[in-house]
Amino acid sequence: MSLKDKLSELRQRGLTEIQKSSDLKDVNQVRVSLLGKKGPITEVLRGMRDLDAEERPKVGAFANEIRDDLTAALTKRREELENAVLNARLANEKIDVTLPGTPVAKGEPHVIQQIIDQIEDLFLGMGYQVLSGPEVEEDKYNFEMMNLPKNHPARDMQDTFYITKEILMRTQTSPMQARTLEKHDFSQGPLKMISPGVVYRRDTDDPTHSHQFHQVEGLVIDKHVTMADLKGTLQVLAHELFGDKFDVRLRPSYFPFTEPSVEADITCFNCGGKGCSVCKNTGWIEVLGAGMVHPNVLKMAGVDPDVYGGFAFGVGPDRFAMLKYGVDDIRNFYLNDVRFLTQFTKKG
Amino acid sequence: MKISYNWIKEYLDLDVKPADLAEKIERTSVEVDDVVKPSDGLKKIVVGHVLSIEMHPDSDHLHICQVDVGEDDPLQIVCGAPNIDKGQKVIVALPGSRIAGNVKIKKSKMRGVPSAGMICALQEIGFSDDVVPKDYADGIYVLPADATPGDDVYDYLGMNDSLIDLDVTPNRGDMLSLNGTLHDLAAIYDRPVTLDQVDLKEAGQAIEDQLAVHVDADLAPQYRMRLVKQVKLAPSPMWLQIRLWNAGYRPINNVVDITNYIMLKYGQPLHAFDYDKFAGQDVYVRTAKAGEKLTTLDEGEHDLDPQDIVIADDKAPIALAGVMGGLSTAISDETVTVAIESAVFEHDHIRKAAQRHHLHTDASQRFERGVNQAGVQEALDAAAQMMNELAAGEVQTGAVVGSANIPDPAVITITLGHINAVLGTDLDLAKVTHILESLGFDVASKGETLTVTVPVRRNDIHIPADLLEEIARIYGYDELPTTLLTGRMTMGTLTSAQKLMRATRHSLEGLGLNQAISYALTTEDKAKMFLMQDSETTQLAWPMSVDHAFLRMNVVTGLLDDIAYNSARKVKDVALYEQGRVFYRENGTDRPSEQEHIAGAITGTLMPAGWNQPAQEVDFYQIKGIVEAYLKDMAVNGDVTYEANTDMPEMHPGRTADILVHGHRIGFMGQVHPTIAKQFKIGATYVFELNLQAIIDMPKQENQYDVISRYPAITRDIAMLVADDVTNEQIVALIEKRGGAFLQSVKLFDVYDGVKVPKGKKSLAYTLTYQDKNETLVDDAVTQAFEKVEKRLQDDLGAEIR
Repeated sequence: MSLKDKLSELRQRGLTEIQKSSDLKDVNQVRVSLLGKKGPITEVLRGMRDLDAEERPKVGAFANEIRDDLTAALTKRREELENAVLNARLANEKIDVTLPGTPVAKGEPHVIQQIIDQIEDLFLGMGYQVLSGPEVEEDKYNFEMMNLPKNHPARDMQDTFYITKEILMRTQTSPMQARTLEKHDFSQGPLKMISPGVVYRRDTDDPTHSHQFHQVEGLVIDKHVTMADLKGTLQVLAHELFGDKFDVRLRPSYFPFTEPSVEADITCFNCGGKGCSVCKNTGWIEVLGAGMVHPNVLKMAGVDPDVYGGFAFGVGPDRFAMLKYGVDDIRNFYLNDVRFLTQFTKKG
Repeated sequence: MKISYNWIKEYLDLDVKPADLAEKIERTSVEVDDVVKPSDGLKKIVVGHVLSIEMHPDSDHLHICQVDVGEDDPLQIVCGAPNIDKGQKVIVALPGSRIAGNVKIKKSKMRGVPSAGMICALQEIGFSDDVVPKDYADGIYVLPADATPGDDVYDYLGMNDSLIDLDVTPNRGDMLSLNGTLHDLAAIYDRPVTLDQVDLKEAGQAIEDQLAVHVDADLAPQYRMRLVKQVKLAPSPMWLQIRLWNAGYRPINNVVDITNYIMLKYGQPLHAFDYDKFAGQDVYVRTAKAGEKLTTLDEGEHDLDPQDIVIADDKAPIALAGVMGGLSTAISDETVTVAIESAVFEHDHIRKAAQRHHLHTDASQRFERGVNQAGVQEALDAAAQMMNELAAGEVQTGAVVGSANIPDPAVITITLGHINAVLGTDLDLAKVTHILESLGFDVASKGETLTVTVPVRRNDIHIPADLLEEIARIYGYDELPTTLLTGRMTMGTLTSAQKLMRATRHSLEGLGLNQAISYALTTEDKAKMFLMQDSETTQLAWPMSVDHAFLRMNVVTGLLDDIAYNSARKVKDVALYEQGRVFYRENGTDRPSEQEHIAGAITGTLMPAGWNQPAQEVDFYQIKGIVEAYLKDMAVNGDVTYEANTDMPEMHPGRTADILVHGHRIGFMGQVHPTIAKQFKIGATYVFELNLQAIIDMPKQENQYDVISRYPAITRDIAMLVADDVTNEQIVALIEKRGGAFLQSVKLFDVYDGVKVPKGKKSLAYTLTYQDKNETLVDDAVTQAFEKVEKRLQDDLGAEIR
């Protein structure tokens, strides 16, 4: 048998063995037995020294070809077997993808905070500053400079927690109007601010009253601010908080620190304005108080009411949250039942 | 104030439905609480004529009545009312009718006797107990004798009227009357209104000979009286009774009813005295003297205050001025001579007296807000005229006037330009003038300047801004343009403190805590717990309850209250944080300073047990992990260290640490003392509280890019035995100090103090990571550095390297 025939036969035998190998260990053994140093190909090549110089390169080339073929076949077989092993393992690793995911710890902002943040962001975008003031206030700022002198009947509208005769828990965020007006340098530009915060009233807690709640005060003072601007601003606020399809209407009201004073209603979101029990069949829901800043308030803070004027408004985030989400008891906001706190998580 | 739609229509030609009128009032004047038509919801309630009555055979109080209800045959109705009598015209609820509360009346049997319907009391058809005339309070109501059997009863009782309940703001005292409301409606609907003129017939003697008044005009700027003799007390005519009960007043007798009626019509509270019960002929308006007492009409006994204004005779106070009359001179069945008082009292005194004596009456409400000072005499004359007409009284000639200070009308100058500049409108002079005139104001204009004279009845209007409101509301807020601010541009940015507070909230939420907002007013006990600095308590002068009487000086107790609330409702896993203020007060000051704090509390498990993981109870290291991550987020400049604190009375002495930044204590964390937990009725709870203001004020690190080394890191593990009192912090500090230039991090990976280590010792194991940013580290260099650390640990901390 010529070397060439031997080699051909080797290839045939080798390919058969490779194909027959059933695991990676087999494949390795076949590789060693065929291509190893003591394997038949090496042996054949070793016999080449007996060939003529003319034959030698041809057989050599043929032998290399066969070795490459066998190597390729081995690689292919190994991959096949590896894949089979992998597939078997993967089949074994199948899980029930419908089991619940592992929970992650996640906290939520308080619903009142969410509303305050939303209001802040809206007014920041319109160039307002956000200011916070003391919760323990002087009677002077809370009342007197808001045009509520001692013995003013409207003080009865706001039952107050006094600490001393002159020191009290603020009943409104309005004192920040006076505090800011006193300091503002109008040569540097108009005053545009909102002031969110906690306020206190001497009330007995029940589903609609809380001795502690929140307010966001707004104030704009400049040379040419109109009531039409107030109306437009409140409309933007209502659209931001409740949605574009809500209308705003103003009604006359009374606050000592604004004149004219108005209350703003928005379309009842429960019935869309048709009339229902939520809006007492009026189609409207009262959401905030506002008005043009009273000249006395400006005067007392040292601002000339003949030159400057503007508007102020006060928003109750608690009331907004109650209306927006149908919360039926204001105490929920301050008792912090986790089942309540984690209801307001939708961010999409 | 409840105002009658029908009454308004007597004076104003309006073609609007009650609901529309109410909405218009709400949009233009004052808030409307509701609109009620008393007959709404009632059905088949008619006039009945009691033809005969006989006792029920099996009852000592029921009567069997034959009642003519306008049908061919009378109905037999069993009635238990004590005042039922033959011949009465009564209110009958027919079979199939609906009475108050939507109750349906059916044919029935009462103790065996068939009864076809019900004879009704006023309360049963919806009248409030407060307005039912006393004679009919405990029985059926008897209609006028001329009522026609079978007719609906509603018109006889004024129940087809619509009553508009106005919620009048404190500035609009003028709207607490029919006349004031008519003036506003005249402007709103742009219609003329003509009010009644008084046509008084005087007779008899001159009043001066019978009565003198002595008035302190500071207390009563106006004080007027008339005398009416020979009055015949009787129930008022139906129309008057209807006016009163529809407005919420109980008809009493003609004299008293007239005073209430005049108040409703003119807004002027009146008081009727029984003149014959005066001691003497002199009446004084003065402040009360020390020790004086008064029994008011409601039989309440009051110790008078020297600030109370009283009406007195020669002997004693006979009325608490502007609030309520006295019992001793009250109108009674024997009264024949009536002294009518019409006055203006100083509002501040009245307000305080009403508060002091808990007597918030319709009179005091009106005096507090101010009555029409130009109409005091007119109201008095109108009352006298009615007493003449309805009670056959002889009005004595003249009135006694103790004081008569009528203020001048306000005169206000305003320009058209100012009006349009503030309202954002483009109104012309004619329009503005028309609006003001429709309100009954006098307007004189010169060029674009208007000089407006405001009637005295509108005591809320003094300055141009007040006129702006009148113009805006009558013009209509809906008609105002809707614009946004123009003018100089301003920046809207949060301050760095505000940004940090937002970042604080986001950080803690990311770490799994829910934001809580608890009460800042708490008990004295809780206010003083978990104190981070010395402070006096701050107390409310008049708290509503002991639960909310002191200002908090910590945030943690609020969170513990929250956890208790959850725990009581079987919510066991709670993780909360709160950002809010605490109130510290120095001795000798009234006003506390306010400090922003941030606090957290966890109980139960942070991560609930699931099908694939067991629950892990909260522990110290979980709260510490939260605090560490939060402080890392806030990037305060300087080392954050933790020192055991064994001295906080509310905290577990072995599981509490102070939190220090750069050596300054900014807060604490750890386990709530089991005794305190028990007091709050909560389980094991871990808390932290930090002075947020301190964190805001501290210098911060900036974000900076640090090249990530391309060269491999080498790690070495070290395990050691140390004495129990050697802390992790000491070991880490030493390793970091002595670790050499290439030490990148030290990480604790094992702590063991079980049976395999000697008593009094513990085993700690750390991974030290070395890396050179510029080249590949040589093993030798690491070994050298590592051996140095080992030696230091042995020498300085007595560590036994394992």
